[in-house]
Amino acid sequence: MPETAPNTTAAPAPAATLAPAKIEVRGLSKRFGTNRVLEGLDLDVPAGRSLVVIGGSGTGKSVLIKSILGIVKPDAGSIRVDGTELVGAPRRTLDEARKKFGMLFQGAALFDSLPVWENVAFGLLARRLVDRRTARERAIATLAKVGLGPEAADLYPAELSGGMQKRVGLARAIAAEPEILFFDEPTTGLDPIMADVINELVRRLVRELGATALSITHDMASVRKIADRVAMLYGGKIIWEGPVERLDDSGNPFVDQFVHGRAEGPIRVGIQRIG
Amino acid sequence: MNPLAAIGRATLALLGTTGAVVAFALQAVLAGFGGRIYWRQLGRQILEMGYFSLPVVGLTAIFTGMVLALQSYTGFSRFEAQNAIPTIVVLSMTRELGPVLAGLMVAGRVGAAIAAELGTMRVTEQIDALTTLATDPLRYLVFPRLLAGTLMLPLLVIVADIIGVMGGWLVSVYKLGFGPIEYINRTFEFLETQDVVSGLVKAAVFGFIVTLMGCYQGYRSKGGAQGVGMATTRAVVSASILILIANYFVTELFFAR
Repeated sequence: MPETAPNTTAAPAPAATLAPAKIEVRGLSKRFGTNRVLEGLDLDVPAGRSLVVIGGSGTGKSVLIKSILGIVKPDAGSIRVDGTELVGAPRRTLDEARKKFGMLFQGAALFDSLPVWENVAFGLLARRLVDRRTARERAIATLAKVGLGPEAADLYPAELSGGMQKRVGLARAIAAEPEILFFDEPTTGLDPIMADVINELVRRLVRELGATALSITHDMASVRKIADRVAMLYGGKIIWEGPVERLDDSGNPFVDQFVHGRAEGPIRVGIQRIG
Repeated sequence: MNPLAAIGRATLALLGTTGAVVAFALQAVLAGFGGRIYWRQLGRQILEMGYFSLPVVGLTAIFTGMVLALQSYTGFSRFEAQNAIPTIVVLSMTRELGPVLAGLMVAGRVGAAIAAELGTMRVTEQIDALTTLATDPLRYLVFPRLLAGTLMLPLLVIVADIIGVMGGWLVSVYKLGFGPIEYINRTFEFLETQDVVSGLVKAAVFGFIVTLMGCYQGYRSKGGAQGVGMATTRAVVSASILILIANYFVTELFFAR
């Protein structure tokens, strides 16, 4: 079990010396047609830490996560999880690696044909870890961890508000107690209060599980809440990486512009390409 | 534009799509037989495609049988061959109209629903979510649908055959002056096993085509609501055309014997 994430007030030190990399990404490249999304991206996610990748819309943050999950096939590069190469790996290796993963999707991506409890217990049932009765009990226990009562278990996703859907998505991600958690824009589409609730939950659950977390977001409030370390993705590469405390004095003009949300700066927003 | 280039482009696109569909079907079937079968999913699809398609297929069949009796009377009475009507009705239903009309109705009802459901699951990342939860979406979503379609359409066609013959019987007895018993006897007089079997083989092929097109188009849809709409349209159109093409070849297959 990797060391649990220390409080963010702890003196920052280079992550690589603290813990071995749980996820090691090297030279990752991916293009869609002529659009080069990732161009030789390198990134280490230290074990037991929460790393947040920030970057503008359409910079390939989702592609990065989906490449690690094995949903998107990268054109080139290497992704190692606990030292095991995943790019080009046989299906069995991928399936083994995925057992360590839990993922919260941007829109929660709940299965709308299944009630809440079956959504939460889906991974357990799919891997036949438990029978249906135990799965339901586990689901209700997991729902409690994200602040939902047992009465939510038999509702269908369409009957839930956006914030509740995110909670159920969170419960589904942690139900099998994964070693690595992925969060894709955990606060998108939520009001500021609900966003803070979700951030708190993410922070607490990652710590309780002792998990490694890789999140992507452009919500700076969320970054400050859930990150131990921050990496900025721009132009298909990680252009800055450091502890969250250094975010405001990163010395990197790109990071500065993004963190303070300024239209003026080295990052040019291609207005003609929007839409 | 260069007309030759246009022809070439269209040909390449057609071949590319054909290859992609065949590869998709093979992957899904291999995934399905290669491991765990999701009985719950299969049961749900069987209920959805088989049981809930009964009303629409039954309605289509009864009116088709009734029209067949009327139309063949119009033609055959001109040379005193009304006695052939029961045979015409039963052969047309079992060999041709039962499977083709049931196939087309199911393409509209089930093919569209599959494409819309899988398409929505794709654009809302539910299919990606399956992958992260150690579940192969081809095995969990696609294979049960293919299997249910291939199994259920023949059963629907048996029902359609019976109801179609009943439609012909109703019109012939109450409108054209046939004796009720005589009509039934004549129905079975020239009917051969192969007439029914060839229709059921067609039905199985059509069931596979309809569900395959729905799954393929839905699975590969992208771009939000509009993409799902396009996938649904493509699923129904491509399934309908392929049914009519496959219909000829299966007919020829049985004709040669």
